[in-house]
Amino acid sequence: MGAFAARRLAALIITMMVVSMLIFAAFEWTPGQVASKMLGPFATPEQVELLTEQMGLNRPAPVRYIEWVGNVLRGDLGYSTYFKTDVNNIIWDRLGNTLLLASIAFAIIVPCSIIFGVAAGMREGSKLDRSISVLSIVTTSVPEFASGVFLATIFVIILGWLPGASTLESGGDWSIASQLVLPVAVMVLFDLGYVVRMVRAAMVDVMMKPYIRTAVLKGLSFRKVVLGHALRNAMVVSLTVILLQINYLIAGVVVVETIFAYPGFGHMILESALSKDTATVEAATLIIVLIVVVTQIAGDLGYMWLNPRIRFK
Amino acid sequence: MVQAEQALKVKSSGRFWRRLKLLTESPIGLAGAVLVLFWVFVAIFAPWLAPYDPNANNYEALADPLPNDMFLLGTDNQGRDILSRIIWGSRTVLIVAPIATFCAYVVGCTLGLLSGYYRGWVDAVISRLTDILLSFPAIVLYILIIMRLGPSAINVIVAVIFVASPQIIRIVRGITLEQRELDYVTAAKMRGESAIYIMLVEILPNTRGPLIVDSCLRMGYTTIQIGVLGFLGLGLPPPDPDWGGMVQETYGMMSTWPHMSLYPAIAISSLVVGFSLLADGLREISLRD
Repeated sequence: MGAFAARRLAALIITMMVVSMLIFAAFEWTPGQVASKMLGPFATPEQVELLTEQMGLNRPAPVRYIEWVGNVLRGDLGYSTYFKTDVNNIIWDRLGNTLLLASIAFAIIVPCSIIFGVAAGMREGSKLDRSISVLSIVTTSVPEFASGVFLATIFVIILGWLPGASTLESGGDWSIASQLVLPVAVMVLFDLGYVVRMVRAAMVDVMMKPYIRTAVLKGLSFRKVVLGHALRNAMVVSLTVILLQINYLIAGVVVVETIFAYPGFGHMILESALSKDTATVEAATLIIVLIVVVTQIAGDLGYMWLNPRIRFK
Repeated sequence: MVQAEQALKVKSSGRFWRRLKLLTESPIGLAGAVLVLFWVFVAIFAPWLAPYDPNANNYEALADPLPNDMFLLGTDNQGRDILSRIIWGSRTVLIVAPIATFCAYVVGCTLGLLSGYYRGWVDAVISRLTDILLSFPAIVLYILIIMRLGPSAINVIVAVIFVASPQIIRIVRGITLEQRELDYVTAAKMRGESAIYIMLVEILPNTRGPLIVDSCLRMGYTTIQIGVLGFLGLGLPPPDPDWGGMVQETYGMMSTWPHMSLYPAIAISSLVVGFSLLADGLREISLRD
């Protein structure tokens, strides 16, 4: 397991290096690119040239790349032209807000997906199975911005129970908790169905195994077969899928955060991308890819820990 | 020989009809097919179905944009007929989504076949590249690509290729690795067929089972993504209607005029639900035989 972890760590470092090169190549390769973006569309070529020289952007790309990586590794993420402050001042708050949203959604998705997935998968083809399956297909098929519109129409406009914007400002009429309800609901609606179907598939698979047949034939109650025998093995397979949802919950929330004007990481990426704020987009991309790759490794390690028969090559 | 070929054709088309008949036995799949066909019909006959020009501004309607006898679904923030915009918007999504999905399949199948068939360094290079693309969250990759290339229909398609093809490469590569060890491939090699022939004519047809279901799911997924790009302001440039963009332009006014966002949201949801239910029906059928 140690050797495996070390190998994955090496792969992680290589991935991050390649990703950083790709980002750099895409946004900073041409020397004039950064300066002309900073000066806006009305800058004269002379101004662009002057700024390029002042910022040292006319040096060879590999030199600038190494300098950039060095800065990032030292914790200097650069200056955000959109937020008019250092990227460090903005990015960690935003990440924290998104983690709040993500952890609440995750805490709801995990138990719900296991309950519904197991209930559907324990008797394949039953009425309960069909209804849960169809319902989860429908909820995952509704785009987040559409379900946001639907929920807002019902709970904000018709019923007036919840606020339509979740700016996390505590002074207004709505408490922070009430502001979190709709964003979390949209995330759970969109993601839950997918995880339920994965858990269901794992459960169906396990229920067809000979040892379940043995347990049934030796006269155990169905309840004991499901909870005592099948559940654990179905969970081993589902663990990776469930852990991978962390990626969606942190990175995929761009849409949810945009609908509800939530000051999160995803909304920050979108805002900075729309205003060509290269430094923020680069830093955010590096962080998000790091989170994705680390969750993948955590998933593999957890899988190994739960299922010692698996040997990774 | 010709006769045998014809017999084969009749047989395969017979199989197609039998499958279609099977679909009628799956009510869920049938419901999905009806939803998808409804929107295909609307998209084809958009010029005859739409009561107004989708981009024409009716300034009198600005004072009262709510649905009425003249504008069945009301008008939007610029006085444009929402029904006509939804009808024309179905064209946008039903042209861009299939083209984008098809292009992603061409790229994905080509690289997946090469990777699984040649293995060795070809596989190593392709697999590492897909790993790296897959380590970007899809939505972030979309934002980066559109930010770099600018919003347009072509760039939306390029973005979909970058996001979807790594997943297709993985599926095709897996199947190819399995198939290349089977006797019919060995037989083809001994006949002296070229590698291209073996990949395209021998192996590719055997990947169709999983790919048919995947393509249907992926069409729905691409539809969501195109809607999301429109919603984020990264889709097609205005004024031509696309459903995501329609929501983006009006959701700020939801507290006063919810109908402006509600109807396009219903339109895109029903199409994606259609694709997903159809995929589920197809999967059920493919499991049966």
